[in-house]
Amino acid sequence: MTGSTGTREAATQPGPSQTIEAVPVRHPGRWVAAAIVALIAASLIRSAIDNPNFHWDVVGDYLFDQRILDGVVKTIQLTVLAMAIGVFLGVVLAVMRLSPNGLIRGSGWFYVWVFRGTPVLVQILFWNFIAALYPTIDLGIPFGPSFVHLNANDFITPFVAGMLALGLNEGAYMAEIVRAGIISVEEGQTEASKALGMTRGQTLRYIVLPQAMRVIIPPTGNETISMLKYTSLVSVIAVPELLYSAQLIYSQSFQQIPLLLVVSIWYLAMTTVLSIGQYFLERHYGRGRMRDEPLTLFERIRAGWIGRRTEPEELLQRGAAGSGGAR
Amino acid sequence: MAEPVVKAEGVHKSFGRLEVLKGISMAVNQGQVFVIIGPSGSGKSTFLRCINHLEKIDAGRIWVDGDLVGYRQVGDKLHELRDSEAVTARAKIGMVFQHFNLFPHMTAAENVTLAQRIVLDRSPKEARRRAAELLGRVGLADKVDEYPARLSGGQQQRVAIARALAMDPKVMLFDEVTSALDPELVKDVLDVMRELAKLGMTMIVVTHEIGFAREVANQVIFMDEGAIVEQGSPEQLIRNPKEERTKQFLGLVLEH
Repeated sequence: MTGSTGTREAATQPGPSQTIEAVPVRHPGRWVAAAIVALIAASLIRSAIDNPNFHWDVVGDYLFDQRILDGVVKTIQLTVLAMAIGVFLGVVLAVMRLSPNGLIRGSGWFYVWVFRGTPVLVQILFWNFIAALYPTIDLGIPFGPSFVHLNANDFITPFVAGMLALGLNEGAYMAEIVRAGIISVEEGQTEASKALGMTRGQTLRYIVLPQAMRVIIPPTGNETISMLKYTSLVSVIAVPELLYSAQLIYSQSFQQIPLLLVVSIWYLAMTTVLSIGQYFLERHYGRGRMRDEPLTLFERIRAGWIGRRTEPEELLQRGAAGSGGAR
Repeated sequence: MAEPVVKAEGVHKSFGRLEVLKGISMAVNQGQVFVIIGPSGSGKSTFLRCINHLEKIDAGRIWVDGDLVGYRQVGDKLHELRDSEAVTARAKIGMVFQHFNLFPHMTAAENVTLAQRIVLDRSPKEARRRAAELLGRVGLADKVDEYPARLSGGQQQRVAIARALAMDPKVMLFDEVTSALDPELVKDVLDVMRELAKLGMTMIVVTHEIGFAREVANQVIFMDEGAIVEQGSPEQLIRNPKEERTKQFLGLVLEH
């Protein structure tokens, strides 16, 4: 395309037409290590097949049991809702912590301090027993009239308690992630948008946050995967998500191991799907920037290069493919 | 005589204890090109940033198009402008930066279109038409849909100029716009600026390009240590500087 592509090609092709065909360096140590790993893997797989206590037949019976499937749905609901609360709160708290107003900055800091400084399991239990602390919840003007009157015991069901606890806790972590993302955007970007006459809000929305996304998305993907697994904690307050559904079954059938295997298979399947989604999101928000970052696992699979080392040509191809896909 | 487009009176600015501007006064009339030269750290960039209120001034006054910059005068008291008010004032001043500061997540056209849409409320069609026209004027008609990362420094800087022009500014500020460019890319950017000057744009240019100053400027200002040492036509200031400090600086710059 432009001069830069030309110079790179020139650098990778020494001489006018001669291609180098050299004998690659041998790595005997790698073969030994690979053999040892293969041996260990084989013996583990054999024991899993031979050992009758795994009860693979029971695993098969329960994998698509209606109660398990309902649990999967609850787990997904909890993850989505708690992450939605977490991301929303995270953005608000991050903006608060970067505010010029000291009181607002301080409140943001205080929130993060409390919710990150106490175990999430404690917070879950706390929300579960919130009715003991505040039997009724009134929404309205502070010290003034109230418009909505709720009975805490009816409103804060175990599911709502779990969702609130996980979401409010997540907000504290997301705040730090969003803040790091906002800070990562160069000062010059804010100045340029100010010079064009944009307000603080417009600058944040159109210039800073979209660029911060590049820094925010990867850890948020990790947070979502963690959240999916942390939802299993709400089993302690009897929310019938995936783990508690399995526990209900094995409390009667006493098939603990096979049912925990069922649970693990489902969690693994869901985290795998999330990882793939994360890859596409990262690609979307990296547009206009894709250049020399190393290939991710999924890109290697797509390129049919898994297991090999990254070659410079691949990076160039990837750069072209990346910007093509961004249109 | 019409009112000057930019007028500064006794502008002072300090960063902590360091006094960067020690009373700058100047007036730029409609269609004039002012070039500010001087050693680094002389406060020339800071002064430029004060004109569109990216920096707050500590004393003095700056007017752009007759309006006080950053404040509103009620009686003899100054009131700070709210964000939304300061913003409308800034949209009248175009600024181009040393490091381009293009928005990397947007194509060249989107860079030029965004502020037209959300600050000036132009229709998407109108904004897009203006963007195409301006990118064509700076010689980038074929780069409209490229992301900045795929453009050379000189091309990026020309997109930045188009982006500032799209706001129909009363005055354009150029802050060392060629300093970060490879030598062979400087000419394209300077050509665009020459063209602008010819079309009657009011410009204040901070630069190290003495050749450009000699050719295009109506007035040249030499600044050192936060003050204006000497001001005059390019003929006077560059050919026959009066002040010893100016002679010394020009000697160093023109030598190589």
